[in-house]
Amino acid sequence: MARPVRFNLHEKSTNDWGINQASMPEGHMGDGFFATSFDKVVGLARKNSIWPLPFATSCCGIEFMATMASTYDLGRFGAERLGFTPRQCDLLMVMGTIAKKMGPVVRQVYLQMAEPRWVIAVGACASSGGIFDSYSVLQGIDQVVPVDVYVPGCPPRPEAIIDGVLRIQDLIHNEPLRRRNEESYKALMESYGIE
Amino acid sequence: MTLTSDIVREKLTEKFGDSLTEWAQPHGILTFCVPRDMNLKVLSFLYDDESLAFRFLTDLTAVHYPDRAGEELCVVYHLHNLVANRRLRMKLYAPVTQPDVYTATRIFSSANWMERETYDFYGVHFIGHPNLKRVLNVDEMDYFPLRKEFPLEDQTRIDKDDEMFGRG
Amino acid sequence: MRCSAGDKTPGASPPNHDMSETNHIKLPEGSIGRTTTTLNLGPTHPATHGVFQNILELDGERIVKAEATVGYIHRAFEKIAERRPLYQITTLTDRLNYCSAPINNMGWHLTCEKLLRIHTPKRVDYLRVIVMELARITDHLICTSIVGVDAGAFTGFLYVMQFRELVYEIYEEICGARLTTNMGRIGGFERDFPPAAWEKLERFLKEYPKAQKELETLLVRNRIFYERTRGSGAISAERALNYGFTGPNLRAAGVDYDVRVHEPYCSYGDFDFRIPVGTTGDNYDRFMVRTEEIWQSLSIIEQAYRKIQDMNGPDASVYHAEVPEYYLPQKSEVYTKMEALIWHFKIVMGEVDIPAGEVYLAVEGGNGELGFYLISDGGRSPYRLHFRRPCFIYYQAYEEIVQGSMLSDAVITMSSLNLIAGEMDA
Repeated sequence: MARPVRFNLHEKSTNDWGINQASMPEGHMGDGFFATSFDKVVGLARKNSIWPLPFATSCCGIEFMATMASTYDLGRFGAERLGFTPRQCDLLMVMGTIAKKMGPVVRQVYLQMAEPRWVIAVGACASSGGIFDSYSVLQGIDQVVPVDVYVPGCPPRPEAIIDGVLRIQDLIHNEPLRRRNEESYKALMESYGIE
Repeated sequence: MTLTSDIVREKLTEKFGDSLTEWAQPHGILTFCVPRDMNLKVLSFLYDDESLAFRFLTDLTAVHYPDRAGEELCVVYHLHNLVANRRLRMKLYAPVTQPDVYTATRIFSSANWMERETYDFYGVHFIGHPNLKRVLNVDEMDYFPLRKEFPLEDQTRIDKDDEMFGRG
Repeated sequence: MRCSAGDKTPGASPPNHDMSETNHIKLPEGSIGRTTTTLNLGPTHPATHGVFQNILELDGERIVKAEATVGYIHRAFEKIAERRPLYQITTLTDRLNYCSAPINNMGWHLTCEKLLRIHTPKRVDYLRVIVMELARITDHLICTSIVGVDAGAFTGFLYVMQFRELVYEIYEEICGARLTTNMGRIGGFERDFPPAAWEKLERFLKEYPKAQKELETLLVRNRIFYERTRGSGAISAERALNYGFTGPNLRAAGVDYDVRVHEPYCSYGDFDFRIPVGTTGDNYDRFMVRTEEIWQSLSIIEQAYRKIQDMNGPDASVYHAEVPEYYLPQKSEVYTKMEALIWHFKIVMGEVDIPAGEVYLAVEGGNGELGFYLISDGGRSPYRLHFRRPCFIYYQAYEEIVQGSMLSDAVITMSSLNLIAGEMDA
């Protein structure tokens, strides 16, 4: 017997063409202008133009290539421009197994990124070491850098990687503007030994 | 004239006599064992001889037999004659207290990194190797991980719950 | 290193310009008078498709010396394999050359079958050939299109990636996974190929040749691509043999060694195909050899498909050999029959020992001779398992190939050698 449907049950607000429309933030609209507060708009702008850094190490990297290709296009969500230099990127996507030899490299790349920065651990190996419980594999990149979203899978399907990026977008949208200056964030960085 | 295992064995025993031991043919590949210091002589004979012509080094690796006292590390060479399509396996044994073996890099350039990998995993010291450093593990590692006495998992982990793994 | 953006509290002290702070910087010996630049083409770089490092010494744009470092994704497969029973090692072999995982899986199953002296029926062999050749096509098409990307031509890569998706769908029909397939069992396959798999295969055989011709029109006689790749990254046949090259890289240098022809495994002797061979071993020859091998693989798949369709009678539905000691029985039988339950228990709990022995088997992987050296001492897991990984062995030659060439040629050489980091470090 088929299991009952659990997702996608609610009517989405669509217009006549069936396109899902996002709602406007609260603010004051006038003739040719719209005034609102920064924290409602900055998150919206940031989340739809993420510049990811694909730190692709192994098999998850190939699934990422499939995600960037035309069938599961990640560019639809604004992440079209991949940068390979951490100085210009917001989102560090660590995809694949990170060995202990590679750990300092991940950390260095993370340190070179400018705030605000987010980290997504794609795949079981980046999240927790995956199937490789051996002496040479770092059991999860959260041993060296703070991680925002974990995407499980070995390798995760492209839909799962997109879901991870959408969660990052939610985090970015809802992040308070001064989060990076707060005590709790500083404490998090201290716990990783990052100044 | 096709190169059969009998011809190979005949030629080798003709040249080297009784020093080659442990002749066997497991699953089709002729295997024999040479004394440690004769490995280069046998390899160059196999390379230079026109009828044998084993000029391709397929693989170089090692095995650790902790039970064989005095001969714990076994270095295995897989050779291939591409023209006559015949494979050969040569083994040599070295004690774990003094694992020195002459390097084959002068005959086969592919032995370079394969010997570094063998050194990295088992600690076999290849005399005359141009650059005997660790190739796959971190340079600071101070033990040879693939020897049987060392465990697979990282022993410094504190987050693994032994109860869940049946060890608690 | 300080990351203190946004930390502009009033009253903070101005930056310290005291030059004594730079005393901790020590220059290496003789670096002032040196005329070469050291460039670290590091483990994370868009040009290195995979994690390996090259420390290059450049004189302007020319490379004077290159030093390659690998091991940034060393996962200790060989040590892990000593603790796993045979059927669990298939998941490890997936992750060797992850662009063509089914070839690794089938190679491992063939090695186990050689050790256990299991003979597989013809239909199983032909099914395996189809899957292996599909994997070879996907591996080669990534490599050829990435050579184009590195030379600046990005579009060809997108045209062929959608056919990779179709091949992933075929894998999903057969075994349930896209990339790291863990396909097959010792003795055959876990289930027969469903009709949807055959439909998708027919669609692939019909539509892919057009896309491949498009990629070839873009690149093969393209003046810019030809000038970038012709003459760069060349290696002679003697040096290639001495360095242990196998596969398309060796065939581009002029030596026609292909494991499928020299030591036919899995009934490859029943198929009619040719081995494309190059002349100079440079990047263009490697690209052309891989392109031509894609056509040969398509022809092999068509022949295998026709042979399977021509089978009738009881042969037409067999998909595994009768080896109850190593082949997990069907779940429906485990729930109803006693013998199947007992065998299921014995296999999963590890009560079945493998015979002692020593076997070396080579298959033609996407990069060359992928060898499995398995020593068993009669226990449940191997005593020693060593993978002869072609990428690891021919990457040593990179330092010699790239010496004297320009930096941009070095990048194209790296991608045309098809270096897969998973296979290199294992």
